[in-house]
Amino acid sequence: MDILATGQELIANLGLGFSTAALPINLGFCFVGVLLGTLIGVLPGIGPTATIAMLLPITFNFEPATSLIMLAGIYYGAQYGGSTTAILINLPGESSSAVTAIDGYQMAKQGRAGPALATAALGSFFAGSVATVLIALFAPPLTEVALKFGPAEYFSLMMLGLVASVALASGSVLKALAMVVLGLLLGLVGSDVNTGAQRFTMGFLELADGLNFVAVAVGVFGIAEILRNLENETDREVMVKKVTNLWPSKEDFKAMVAPVLRGTALGSVLGILPGGGAVLSSFAAYTVEKRISKTPERFGKGAIEGVAAPESANNAGAQTSFIPMLTLGIPANPVMALMIGAMIIQGIQPGPNVASEKPELFWGLIASMWVGNLMLVLLNLPLIGLWVRLLTVPYTMLFPAILAFCAIGVYSVNSNAFDLFAVAAFGLLGYVLVKLECEPAPLLLGFVLGPMLEENLRRAMTISRGDPSVFVTRPLSATLLVLAVLVLVVTFLPSVRAKRDEVFQEDA
Amino acid sequence: MLKHLAAAATFAAIFAAPAQAQNYPSRTITMVVPFAAGGPTDTVSRLVAESMSKDLGQQIIIENVGGAGGTLGAGRVAKADPDGYTLLLHHIGMATSAVLYRKLPYDTLNAFEYVGLVTEVPMTLVARANFEPTDLKSLIAYAKANKDQVTYANAGIGAASHLCGMLFMSKIETPLTTVPYKGTGPAMTDLVGGQVDVMCDQTTNTTNQIKSGKIKAYATTSKERLAALPDVPTAAEAGLPGFEVGIWHGVYAPKGTSSEIVQKLSASLQKALKDPAVVKRFADLGTTPSSDAEATPEGLKTKLTSEIDRWSPVIKAAGVYAD
Repeated sequence: MDILATGQELIANLGLGFSTAALPINLGFCFVGVLLGTLIGVLPGIGPTATIAMLLPITFNFEPATSLIMLAGIYYGAQYGGSTTAILINLPGESSSAVTAIDGYQMAKQGRAGPALATAALGSFFAGSVATVLIALFAPPLTEVALKFGPAEYFSLMMLGLVASVALASGSVLKALAMVVLGLLLGLVGSDVNTGAQRFTMGFLELADGLNFVAVAVGVFGIAEILRNLENETDREVMVKKVTNLWPSKEDFKAMVAPVLRGTALGSVLGILPGGGAVLSSFAAYTVEKRISKTPERFGKGAIEGVAAPESANNAGAQTSFIPMLTLGIPANPVMALMIGAMIIQGIQPGPNVASEKPELFWGLIASMWVGNLMLVLLNLPLIGLWVRLLTVPYTMLFPAILAFCAIGVYSVNSNAFDLFAVAAFGLLGYVLVKLECEPAPLLLGFVLGPMLEENLRRAMTISRGDPSVFVTRPLSATLLVLAVLVLVVTFLPSVRAKRDEVFQEDA
Repeated sequence: MLKHLAAAATFAAIFAAPAQAQNYPSRTITMVVPFAAGGPTDTVSRLVAESMSKDLGQQIIIENVGGAGGTLGAGRVAKADPDGYTLLLHHIGMATSAVLYRKLPYDTLNAFEYVGLVTEVPMTLVARANFEPTDLKSLIAYAKANKDQVTYANAGIGAASHLCGMLFMSKIETPLTTVPYKGTGPAMTDLVGGQVDVMCDQTTNTTNQIKSGKIKAYATTSKERLAALPDVPTAAEAGLPGFEVGIWHGVYAPKGTSSEIVQKLSASLQKALKDPAVVKRFADLGTTPSSDAEATPEGLKTKLTSEIDRWSPVIKAAGVYAD
């Protein structure tokens, strides 16, 4: 292909995109979208899926490009906002910010909420910008990569994810393993996808589709944290008193550059995979950072890399998850399914033809992503001071408010009161786990990956007619499995070493 | 907040019952869609609700109550106050759930009043682009020759693609290897990626992929060819008469809703189905609105009962249950 001509074409396309995105009405709604996204991201439990669903009817009256730009803004705005509560009150609204809570919340406890939030915002902006360029340049070839992933590859990818998830533990590896297994077990609840048999639903029709992720996450992270805080107030006083600077120091900047780059790369690649891609990317980024760090023991105790990498990864992933939607009309996650719904309502058939039939929409949306990311970083950096001050709000006001928002958010997903009982139950479970010093992040990963692991295993075996060799004869799948084994080996070695360290410490 | 207002209004409405029918609708109507927002049923509902809102002079709000193949949402409406302010828009699943589920939280034939049929979305039998058989006849021959080597993707138990697959297999009297997915999205991804061989799904999901050549179509499951896919033969033309499936959608109200209100809604539905904007969007989706005769309580009731009769033997023969 003639590179020069392609380059010119790209510039022309981007020009068209930016001229669409820069229309006052589109700029305005892009801003409305990212602002709304940030707000709902900050409010625990209320996710972009529910918000976009609620706003869908309003977009009837807009131009197609305007409505998609706004809805997209809500989506990636929520990724920015989601990290705020994860860092400040250990309450991730979405699976992707669950990892950010691990070190982000520890940073906040040490009085470094400002730098943590700034790191998240800057990392997200960088990742978002890179991912936008990737979409513009490589959307069609990247789609081809995503299509190479069949059930066997997904199974191996999930396997790798599960093995790596043990690295999320900052304490005992054994407990982390137990949490992963507990998560897997929770993931079993619901209808068997092959036979329709009900597993562990105990006669509740509400459990037929499994436990609600938001309910589990809000319960084990948020509610448990509130309960824990209720028993000792001292922690928090320390947290507020210690707030010193809002901006990352020179050393912080130095420490975050490489993790942001790696997180962006990982997130961009994994984001294009439908289903688990975006979820896996933040987990994977965190694991990689901890693995290659010279001081892995800092992770879980407020390491800035543990915020920078997953935040970059989840924003990059959020952005590149648009690729299958834009190039194939196939939704990679529920939010993309809504975007497709929005297009259909507008009379646009999503699919491979959108780029050629509606270039102003296609390129306008891509250009707006960069514009939206810029708006977000400009919007979020000045807000950091405000968010940090949120920590000074007395418990008596903050906790009821959080509980109320959690309840609204969880209810809005399926308009189902059952999910609220689930939150309460998982809140108690989470509290017990805190008491036992078991960490919730591996549990959540097991819960998310378990069902996908099982489905893809059975799917791959059905397609291969019961021949398990598919997992090793397909090159991509085999590579992923080899990686999983490698991770297993490296996980095992340091834990032996760590045990020795412990022994030495006790001696001394 | 809205919920509370609605609850308060419901309360008020109970006491104002006698004057209810004349003034109806005097406040916002909730239309429950028992599937996730953004899907084909949701889209159909929003288009119709938008047009009916204009006609009735009150906003119709869509509430997505997903889960358990649409039975949770239907159950919710079955238990709602029969005051005309809670409606249900459900698809073919209303009939098939009655067979697929041994225990339902409502009695399908006795829990609802019928407002009318909305549309019947046709389906297409499709395959990965490089799959050997070139037309429906050769597909059937290939399936018979290769026994259960042919893989058929569906979007889960009770999904349109699952129903269509069961009917196809019973028509050709040959089982294919069924590969279930959770939703149409991942199933279509694997079909486009060539991981599975065949699928049958609503035109809403397949038309664009067919047009772009990412997948190929063997037949439509409609009586006539589709305007959106003029080159694709009907199943009857392609050699498999009787292989007809449509994903029909209907509007219901809780049992006991007054007949004045039902008639008013039915008339409004008929108007909406003639709204040029609705007709055009339906055409984009590859479907057509139901006729005035179908968009009536009788039309929907006839459809529901006949479909339960039709699917019972097919589903029972396949031996599947969703619970």
